[in-house]
Amino acid sequence: MNSDFEVVIGLEVHVELKTKTKIFCSCSTEFGAEPNTQVCPVCSGFPGMLPVLNRKVVEYAIRAGLALNCEIAEFCKFDRKNYFYPDLPKAYQISQYDLPICKNGYVEIEVNGEKKRIGIIRAHMEEDAGKLVHQGTITSTPFSLVDLNRSGVPLLEIVSAPDLRSAQEARAYMEKLRSILLFAGVSDCKMQEGSLRCDANVSVRPKGQKEFGVRTEIKNLNSFKALEKAIEYEARRQIEAIEDGEEIVQETRTWDEEKQVTRSMRSKEEAHDYRYFPDPDLPPLRISREWVEEIRRNMPELPEQAKRRLMENYGLSAYDADIITLTPDYLAFFDECVRFYPDAKTVANWMMGELNKYLNQNNMEINEIKFKPAHLVAMLKLIDNGTISGKMAKTVFEEMFNTGKEPEVIIKEKGMEQISDTGALKAIIEEVIKNNPKVVEDYKSGKKKALGFLVGQVMKETKGQANPALVNELLREYLNKE
Amino acid sequence: MQLYEMTMHEVKDLLKQNKASAREVLDSVMGRIEKVEEKVKSFVTITDDLAYDKADWCDREKEGGTIKGIPFALKDIICTKGIRTTCSSKMLENFVPVYDATVARLLNEQDGVLVGKLNMDEFAMGSSTEQSAFFPTHNPWDLNRVPGGSSGGSASAVAADEVFFTLGTDTGGSIRQPASFCGIVGIKPTYGRVSRWGVVAFASSLDQVGVFSKDVRDCAEVLNVICGKDPLDSTSVDVDVPDFTSFLDDNIKGMRIAYPKEYFGEGVDEDIKKAVKKALKHYESMGAIVEEVSLPHSEYALPAYYLIAPAEASANLARFDGVRYGFRDFEAENVVDMFSSTRAKGFGPEVKRRIMLGTYALSSGYYDAYYLKALKVRRLIYEDFARVFKNFDIIISPTTPTVAFKLGEQSDPLTLYMNDILTVPVNMAGLPGMSIPCGFKDGLPIGMQIIGKAFDEGTMLKAAYAFEQTTDYHKVKPALEVK
Ligand SMILES: [Zn+2]
Repeated sequence: MNSDFEVVIGLEVHVELKTKTKIFCSCSTEFGAEPNTQVCPVCSGFPGMLPVLNRKVVEYAIRAGLALNCEIAEFCKFDRKNYFYPDLPKAYQISQYDLPICKNGYVEIEVNGEKKRIGIIRAHMEEDAGKLVHQGTITSTPFSLVDLNRSGVPLLEIVSAPDLRSAQEARAYMEKLRSILLFAGVSDCKMQEGSLRCDANVSVRPKGQKEFGVRTEIKNLNSFKALEKAIEYEARRQIEAIEDGEEIVQETRTWDEEKQVTRSMRSKEEAHDYRYFPDPDLPPLRISREWVEEIRRNMPELPEQAKRRLMENYGLSAYDADIITLTPDYLAFFDECVRFYPDAKTVANWMMGELNKYLNQNNMEINEIKFKPAHLVAMLKLIDNGTISGKMAKTVFEEMFNTGKEPEVIIKEKGMEQISDTGALKAIIEEVIKNNPKVVEDYKSGKKKALGFLVGQVMKETKGQANPALVNELLREYLNKE
Repeated sequence: MQLYEMTMHEVKDLLKQNKASAREVLDSVMGRIEKVEEKVKSFVTITDDLAYDKADWCDREKEGGTIKGIPFALKDIICTKGIRTTCSSKMLENFVPVYDATVARLLNEQDGVLVGKLNMDEFAMGSSTEQSAFFPTHNPWDLNRVPGGSSGGSASAVAADEVFFTLGTDTGGSIRQPASFCGIVGIKPTYGRVSRWGVVAFASSLDQVGVFSKDVRDCAEVLNVICGKDPLDSTSVDVDVPDFTSFLDDNIKGMRIAYPKEYFGEGVDEDIKKAVKKALKHYESMGAIVEEVSLPHSEYALPAYYLIAPAEASANLARFDGVRYGFRDFEAENVVDMFSSTRAKGFGPEVKRRIMLGTYALSSGYYDAYYLKALKVRRLIYEDFARVFKNFDIIISPTTPTVAFKLGEQSDPLTLYMNDILTVPVNMAGLPGMSIPCGFKDGLPIGMQIIGKAFDEGTMLKAAYAFEQTTDYHKVKPALEVK
């Protein structure tokens, strides 16, 4: 990318708050139910129905706000955002316009070893819309169906300042935001289920220029990867356009996952006039300071605190601690292991190495895996007492990951026990020495490296199951004796 | 005297003493409806089968609620479970709610007998009931005249003795104006006093459900049933509900009554002014203190109202898009066409006019100049009233600038909007207001408006009762003829 230009990015993140019921009615928010089974006259916009605010939503919004270092408003209100769409039952969305519940917060990210503070302009509560189900594509479908299960599910929209300067930073911010919200316990943040969604505002400007360039808004960013790729693409597109003497048009674009490009959706002129005005069905909300302080007092451990704890208590590096504290489930797994196996660095290595490898390969979250922290602890202890080698342990781990079986059982079933029986090993060693007189000569004449070859031969004979330390010791004993 | 001619409390006494059965009362009412409905056209739907089931149930049960066995009817904007609720609009012509509005439930729980749903101006937008998509309703005092609106059917049904009481809604005068035109009692309680849940919204910050009745006592008794905080309506207020009948005595000695000079100005019929002034003298003779006051921002109330109410309506009525229920234009080729042609064909002209007005008032670039300014005016009007109520108990004025006009006479929207000029400020301030009969002009009833302090319907009812008990206007019955 042309380095004469600077990319400026701001993100608008929609996160689903994980209350049991919807924001303005008592319907369940459970994901994945049969279409239109979690609806009532209120969330399907029937005549005469009125919203009643779910206080848990406000509590979660405050908790999220505090976790994001925001000010919590003493007075806020709800507004109607008007537009027609078949999945929006009232033809207006209840949202917050000029008086959001949270503002002026920040998140700290670290990219390439550099720390950076990303401002959060505001975070506000709103209701989600339903969704349309098409037969085939939206343009070819003979008819569309409306599923209102999601209508009225509480959302928090978090708007960042235009402080991000690269796709990488945007991704880091998004990941940090996700981990904070997960730790705060306010959302499941599952991008694939749509409980974490993101729109990106992207512009470019010549380095050193103060004014922002014309921005475009990219929608439909359903994964961290899509976010990164779309921003990279869009920044490149804008720079190339400017270099070709074209002007950037303010517009809404969509990310085409298949073609890996952004495409124009609608121009600024076509943009909706949402005609926001205060919702007369909901009295303004006063939030007492006592309530805010109570929520602050009961705030769960947040990633920054957890990271500090891991570095101070276990001496983990900042990098390792960052990865371990990516999600609360991941940290809980680590904490549970360390309770019974105090060598934290080893636990961290196995989690960041093998565990992550298989999680990524299988596209799984840690709470979906089949084995428990106790399994990993047992495996690590088996390495320590010499039952298996570190190399064998990787095989055990894979099996453990795939089947959830206890490491002892896997070792038994696969006959993987390390041969630590001196008697059995002696016979093999004698054999190896007999078959390699030349190498033995070399060793005796001072070529100490020859020992390695002999160890290798013994390991080969035992199919890797010999305890290498023991083989070493025994071999040396033999050779020195002769 | 026929049962249907009586007041609710008279019939209640007969029922209690077993001198009449609920079935007999219903028979009487149904006979009356059959006889006069063709002339007045109050009802959109008559639920006679359900009504007889309920009346028979009332006769079987020993115990019962406070309005047990009393036939009543609801404005067709109040949702009723299993009974179509049309808002007198093509849009909802076949809409059958799966829920009862809170007020419908409360009346049902007190064992009232619902006999039907009443005609209105479409979505409560109008002052004559001529905006009904189905048919106009006629004024029982002169069948060539309008009953007022938007709750015209609710007023004509009570005036024509078709039921003992009805509920209506009042956003800018839609209870008080038709009560005035039809010579009956109509009350709009304080905003927040009665639940709006299940009442199809016109302008949410102004709408309030209220009662039409034959006399003040009936009004108080029905209020006892429908008032109170509803957890389903966040704008309903948790204030103690007194027994409203406890205010009903004619001792108003020392009551301080204000009459605003702005409400007796140009544009108000001289005979109406005279009748209300005469009523004020009457109050004075009963020991009340009567003084002229000023509500200086009154003249801005109407224009501000016609920004705020349509703005809210433009959002409230947006849900009628043909997607989930109600009318849909199946001829549309795509979804955007479906939205617009459904709404173009489903709504009548006045509804469309107000939606456009409201949409415009909220549009970017106009919001501050129109909607926001209107909110500021609203605040000033509220403060006007607050100032007067520091020194006075109630405010009295005419309810309407004219008596009932002829069908088709006021076809210009602006002229029609002027009907609300004396009632709109009360909605803007969220105060309680009522209309009671206080005279006649050429045989047509004149209404007197009584305005109270917020949540002080009691004092208002007391004043109304005192006047009613010492006058005979409420005893005159309409002839149900063309004059
Ligand atoms: Zn619901």
